[in-house]
Amino acid sequence: MIVAAALIAAAVLPASAQSLEERLPACLACHGEKGQSETPEVPSLGGMPEFYLIIQLYMFREKLRAVEIMNDVTKGLSDDDLRKLAGMIANLPPPKPAGDPADPARAQQALELIPQNRCNFCHGANFAGDQNVPRLAGQREDYLVKTLREYKTNTRRGYDASMADVMYPIGENDILALAHYLSRQR
Amino acid sequence: MTAALRAIAIAAIGAFAAAPSWAQQSPAPAAPAAGGTPMPIHQPPPTTVPGRPDIPNAEVNAKLRGIAPPPLPAPEDKLPVAQLKLPKGFKIEVFAGGIANARSLRLGDKGTVFVSNRLLDKVYAVVDRGGKRDVKVIASGLDRPNGLAFHKGTLYIAEGTRISKLENIEDKLDDPGKPVVIYSDFLNHQSHGWKFMGLGPDEKLYVNVGSPCNICEPPETNGQIRRINLDGGGAEVVARGVRNSVGFDWHPVTRELYFTDNGRDWLSEDLPNDELNRVTKVGQHFGFPYCHQGDFTDREMGWGRSCDEFEKPVALLGPHSAALGMRFYTGTMFPKEYRNAIFIARHGSWNKTKKIGGDIIAVKLNRDGSVKSWEPFLTGFLQNNEYIGRPVDVLVMKDGALLVSDDHSGAVYRISYGNARVAGR
Repeated sequence: MIVAAALIAAAVLPASAQSLEERLPACLACHGEKGQSETPEVPSLGGMPEFYLIIQLYMFREKLRAVEIMNDVTKGLSDDDLRKLAGMIANLPPPKPAGDPADPARAQQALELIPQNRCNFCHGANFAGDQNVPRLAGQREDYLVKTLREYKTNTRRGYDASMADVMYPIGENDILALAHYLSRQR
Repeated sequence: MTAALRAIAIAAIGAFAAAPSWAQQSPAPAAPAAGGTPMPIHQPPPTTVPGRPDIPNAEVNAKLRGIAPPPLPAPEDKLPVAQLKLPKGFKIEVFAGGIANARSLRLGDKGTVFVSNRLLDKVYAVVDRGGKRDVKVIASGLDRPNGLAFHKGTLYIAEGTRISKLENIEDKLDDPGKPVVIYSDFLNHQSHGWKFMGLGPDEKLYVNVGSPCNICEPPETNGQIRRINLDGGGAEVVARGVRNSVGFDWHPVTRELYFTDNGRDWLSEDLPNDELNRVTKVGQHFGFPYCHQGDFTDREMGWGRSCDEFEKPVALLGPHSAALGMRFYTGTMFPKEYRNAIFIARHGSWNKTKKIGGDIIAVKLNRDGSVKSWEPFLTGFLQNNEYIGRPVDVLVMKDGALLVSDDHSGAVYRISYGNARVAGR
């Protein structure tokens, strides 16, 4: 933890003080070196589409998404920095799915919700994501729960309103089932 | 059922996305044979993705996803002007580039063009200085500041949950100060939460308050166009049953309000059409969520209702075409046939495998204000079923030229006719 804190401190130095290559380890201290986050409610970034990463980095830099540490670490980055950083992160391998087997009732609930709400239309047949749409397969379950709740309550600002539309009819119990199932996909 | 028919039926099930009850259906017991060929027993549909009954047709699904514009604008030399097409005698040029997510357009009294954002947080001013155009940010850190209106020196900005103003803005573009909030009686919702705004002939601010969903019974406060006084008081509902209007304007002669409305998603490849509506009486209801395009009831919300209860659109603008910004043409540069016609920006469909829109159409009216005809005016943004730009709003300039914003490329174009002076460059 001390190492991570030091790396975060290093990450919030002005952009000019460090190259992107020097800054990346600080990002991965929380997000996971091999694309797999071990930090509660912090997303795994492995296998994320590059365009999605550029959009999120842009939204953090411009404070369109208010997450203090992310707003701090992206402050002062140029448009080119955002593109390069997104490219570096997009090369990380996809995260491994959660190890324990899925609860059959929850999996069944998720399998009914997914076609009803067309999750697979944008996130892809295997939930690998594409272009502006993030990968869901193997994502941390607690992060998926947090994010879906935030979309549901309009507390996370999407780049566009797609997820707000989708979440309108979806309830808390559905959120838990979806996160449970998706975190166990590969 | 032939294989082809079955494939269509399966695709339809996927598109309408009922619960996959067919996954658990067991074949009904066969009826006793009483002559004739028995109806074949319904079989669970085959899947194109092994082991995944929730994906009946991955190829079709992939063509029905939302389209996100890049957050960074296209370089000016990459803007697609050469591929855009207009009727004979018209021409198009870049008016200003480098304006990421360029949305609504408004003209100041002294000639400043204001440009808004929907996905991003800024409002821009474009100033013509002896043929060279300066683009400057006059407000940032805003929440979806899509709506703009201008009245006697003051720029009004409509964000997700508030309306604010910048007074004497054209005299202090370099130091505009912070917008002052005048109204904030809006729910906070991301879905259709951005606002379009205009100044009515009654000198009131008109603002859409969208439905917070694709299809639902919206709260009483939503699914409407509302007007308020310039000081933020006197709020009044002008039109109800509006799903999400992102463009309106007033007839230059009759002063009646015309507005575009975006139809629901996920109903069908070809239904419903987006609408052009006309308000003839304050408080009229235009059908959402019960009736679409004036002639059929919604498959979920429409039971027990009739389209006769609601105002009908004056024109159907194409399924899922995303008809957004519109202006009556009040200039004199274009030929006479365009006088008092409506130019409408169709952003272009996403919820349709074969895309339509991505153009500016010209709607011509009869003397009584009904629609005579409409046809495409500016085309070419849609190439091989993909967008190379997406028009959002139009603006009639003092010299009669028409500006068009493009939120995909982050640019504003200028359309002129004949040998009229080409501004700038």
